[in-house]
Amino acid sequence: MSQETLQATSPVTAPGLKSAGRDLTLVWYGLGIAALLAAPFFFYPIFLVKVLCFALFACAFNLLLGSCGLLSFGHAAFFGAAGYVAGHAAKEWGLPFEAALVCGTAAAAAVGLLFGYVSVRRQGLQFAMITLALAQLVYFLALQLPFTHAEDGLSAIPRGKVLGTFDLDNIFVLYYATAVVFLIGFVAMHRMTNSTFGQLLKAIRDNEPRAISLGYEVHRYKLMAFVLSATMAGLAGSTKAIAFKIVALTDVHWSTSGSVILMTLLGGLGTLFGPVVGAAVVVSMEDYLADSGLPINAVIGAIFILCILLFRRGIVGEIQHRFGKR
Amino acid sequence: MSNGADEPILRLENVSKSFFGFLAVRDFSLDVRRGSIHALIGPNGAGKTTIFNLATKTLPPTRGRIFFKGTDITARSASEVARLGMVRSFQISAVFASLTALENVKIALQRFRPDGFAFWKSSKVLHALDDRAMALLCDVGIESYAHARASELPYGRRRALEIATTLALDPELLMLDEPTAGMGHEDVGRISDLIRTVARDRTVLMVEHNLSIVANLSDQITVLARGERLAEGTYDVVSRDPAVIEAYVGSEHHD
Repeated sequence: MSQETLQATSPVTAPGLKSAGRDLTLVWYGLGIAALLAAPFFFYPIFLVKVLCFALFACAFNLLLGSCGLLSFGHAAFFGAAGYVAGHAAKEWGLPFEAALVCGTAAAAAVGLLFGYVSVRRQGLQFAMITLALAQLVYFLALQLPFTHAEDGLSAIPRGKVLGTFDLDNIFVLYYATAVVFLIGFVAMHRMTNSTFGQLLKAIRDNEPRAISLGYEVHRYKLMAFVLSATMAGLAGSTKAIAFKIVALTDVHWSTSGSVILMTLLGGLGTLFGPVVGAAVVVSMEDYLADSGLPINAVIGAIFILCILLFRRGIVGEIQHRFGKR
Repeated sequence: MSNGADEPILRLENVSKSFFGFLAVRDFSLDVRRGSIHALIGPNGAGKTTIFNLATKTLPPTRGRIFFKGTDITARSASEVARLGMVRSFQISAVFASLTALENVKIALQRFRPDGFAFWKSSKVLHALDDRAMALLCDVGIESYAHARASELPYGRRRALEIATTLALDPELLMLDEPTAGMGHEDVGRISDLIRTVARDRTVLMVEHNLSIVANLSDQITVLARGERLAEGTYDVVSRDPAVIEAYVGSEHHD
């Protein structure tokens, strides 16, 4: 019975569904780019820059957790370390905006390789604890090394000019430059998820022993995913450092690792746009609550608990589920 | 490599395995002849699956050595052993649940491609594997499920998918861990036929709980009890062995 119905429907509907899904993604991309272009006319650009930096950060985190099932509790290390290096490159070495971003991102990749090498053979809680411990080491270094300026942080970082011509001190230029960086990172991560490599990651996440039994060295694939995720977190951290002209200890603090987990879960783990939505919600709340006199962390914590209890798939995940996609 | 056809494809030499002091496998030796269907049977807790896991290097042995095609693989990793040509299935059917049946088989086929780490390359290039994957699904008779997600397949079909994925690697030695466990009567017949078909040009080592299933399927049967070998030979030989009959008293053997 059930076999007959499947025979009748699956070959016909499945490819149709797939192309409909792709069209829908294109539509979302179109809407997203339109929103990116229009947003600074409705919201304060600096606020949007912050949202975009954290959205990119959350997407990078989601790349690891969503595609590999590895929950890192140390992503602030990549975000912050990249920020310090990019800031230092721009301020002390006098490198232009683009080169500073490249330096910061490369530094995050290197730190990621080191962290990943130590941690990817572990899973679950052990993995989370190892990444947290390693991130605490980075925090300690940020506190002690001379070029990070400890509690004072690295401040008065010059923003410079995009392509040597457009002055980033103009907040609209700053916003659009950040939007371009965000878009590049976002598209790159979307491609990684849908690459030949990404396909194997899905298999490893679904059933690791089976992937091993088919002859795959799963640790190498996880290491690669870890480094890619760290690199993208570094791109976010570098951009934030230049845009806000400051890198402080909070950028490498464990609470930043925690807040990126919150953003991803709130928005929808493993979804394309979930981390972006989650970051927008969390950053907005932090911004609006900052003037209200309410205890911010308590309010965000309460919302997080409600989210876990009421809609576990996160905002975007829940919407997709309601409309029957995936 | 060495003396060709007479050399066993898989050899376990005085292998022991203990878990926290409990000796699950005791000084066990086994030769699997090339081209045969070899069954490893025994009552629950006899150590069948442990031996299976030792041979595929899923578990390291406490003592003893393991050879595959004449090469000592005792110190090799599970994925290395798989690449040498010994591919296993699992007792609890192992599929990639969120992928479609077709994609499951393509994961195995992807191993022969150099772009496993190509994170910049669109997975659309994998459509080149579609025909081969579809042919494998046809071989096991589940082509109508090609675009259904693996988690949605009925149990028997999921086992068939697992075998199709394993066959995609064209292994010289196919290791099946209780291929008919938990199946209805109809599915058992189908899987038995399938095993006979795929064994035509490769060696099969299977673990089975049920003696009657292996009766007309296997060339050689090794009976285990309490981590040790009880008897070995063809079905006619082992089924008359008094020690085997004793070990199986009260179980499903007398049907």
